[in-house]
Amino acid sequence: METVTQSIQGIPLNHYILLSAIIFTIGVIGVLIRRNAIIIFMSVELMLNAVNLLLTAFSVYWGDASGQVFVFFIMALAAAEVAIGLAILTMIYRNTNSTDINILNRLKW
Amino acid sequence: MSALITITILALLLLYLGLFKAKKALLPVALIGLMVALVLSLMEWNSNAAPIFSDMMLYDRFAIAFSGITIFSTILIIALSKDYFERISSNVAEYYALILFSLAGIILMVSYHNLSMLFIGIEIMSVSLYILAGIKKRDFASNEAALKYFLMGAFSTGILLFGVTLIYGASGSFDLEGIKQYILKDPTAVSPLLYTGITLLIVGLSFKVGAAPFHFWVPDVYEGSPSLIAAYMSTVVKVAGFAAFLRLIMFSFAPLQDFWIPMIIGMSVLSLLIGNVTAVYQQHFKRMLAYSSISHVGYMLFAIIALNGSSDNAVFVYAAAYSVATIIAFGVLILLQGQVGNDSFDSFNGLARKNPFIALTLTIAMLSLAGIPLTAGFIGKFMMFSRALSSYHIFLVVFAALNAMVGIFYYFKVIVAMYFKEEDRKELIVPIYFKLVLGFSALVTIVLGVYPDFIASLI
Repeated sequence: METVTQSIQGIPLNHYILLSAIIFTIGVIGVLIRRNAIIIFMSVELMLNAVNLLLTAFSVYWGDASGQVFVFFIMALAAAEVAIGLAILTMIYRNTNSTDINILNRLKW
Repeated sequence: MSALITITILALLLLYLGLFKAKKALLPVALIGLMVALVLSLMEWNSNAAPIFSDMMLYDRFAIAFSGITIFSTILIIALSKDYFERISSNVAEYYALILFSLAGIILMVSYHNLSMLFIGIEIMSVSLYILAGIKKRDFASNEAALKYFLMGAFSTGILLFGVTLIYGASGSFDLEGIKQYILKDPTAVSPLLYTGITLLIVGLSFKVGAAPFHFWVPDVYEGSPSLIAAYMSTVVKVAGFAAFLRLIMFSFAPLQDFWIPMIIGMSVLSLLIGNVTAVYQQHFKRMLAYSSISHVGYMLFAIIALNGSSDNAVFVYAAAYSVATIIAFGVLILLQGQVGNDSFDSFNGLARKNPFIALTLTIAMLSLAGIPLTAGFIGKFMMFSRALSSYHIFLVVFAALNAMVGIFYYFKVIVAMYFKEEDRKELIVPIYFKLVLGFSALVTIVLGVYPDFIASLI
């Protein structure tokens, strides 16, 4: 375990921040421009994984386990969200035979 | 603390009642259980609050007051649900259980002392609500509301989490006290990570409360979801999101006021403008309520702009007044939709002649939402405006007063339709539960408006 911690600490923290920020931005862009609900959903998961990566890096950097525990919380709740999200998508697919979000424009101002 | 445990056990109990086909018992058991939870939570009022569960939660007066108002509103809303869920599907117990699970998440949201509890509370609440928004499985509008709410909710959770992570990276702690100590150590030289973190956290939370410019999902989701769930979202969920917002900022970020106040002022002005101006053009009551809820978020943000020790009190009074009045409005909406099948403003024509009691309670609710004196809404607005004036945001108050006048215009449209437009219509059949809830809420609105001392200096 010591060696893992040391090898993570071998890379400067800024690199982790940059990498996570890039992955997070890819996720945000995916949510904003893709039209397929499942792909939007995957982009959200990408955002959450960027957060997990960064939390782990910070946790090692501070020598504090609470960051890694938080990662487990995020994983558990992301799994719950996936279950609900896929159920909602299935319900919509049954009614419309599509997962394109452009179909969802019945409610308009 | 015992309120959280009671509500969770109550939800599980209701699931078992559904399993054993005791459908008649669901509503009474839910109401009695919630009242027990309310009493248990109020009993902890004068105890010396200290963080519990290794500093995860702090059940102080703030938490008790806001869990009190959320449990109280949930009782009123659940009382309106008599025969409502039966029309949607035969599996009624699950709906009650889901509402209670989301209430458990809300109790966590108003009493957290650690950012991980904030995250877990928000998620428990939202995951239950995603399901509740889509319980009309065959109804396309309900499907659409569920998917929109789910995608927006998951997206905003991602942003919120990135904010939490950056704050952890800067301060090395998820604990509100730890973050505060880090900021207080040297407020001029905090890490830039913290500033980015605060921005992302504020963005994520404003998605949850529906403050402009992150409000665009609100009207669609409220319109598409079943009316009872929309009532729950626009009162209990909104108040809880706001309480979580206020707790975070009051506890930890108060020393960095110069950084986040411009952001909050911008959000408040935009919410007022967009909410009020768009509400004027609505033809349907439910959508009008959705936009008016955006504008009320704008007023509530005033308390954060003029932050000091009694901001929580101002938000509490405003939230109580807003919740009670909105519950009346949605109660009448449920009656109308069930028996007329339409919620345009024309469907209110002549209501005063056939149902004088309903018309009277709805009038009181509209007056309270518009902020007319002698109603609770006036006290709420008065407290917000005087807070903003005391910190010399004069232009903001003038702008908000102008917006309040616009608000009077669209709230009065309903009253005018009820009292001054004649139309032959059938009398609405009002079940006894509705009479009780509407009458009681109207009474609370008036009493709070005349004797505001009851709750004005509570926290």
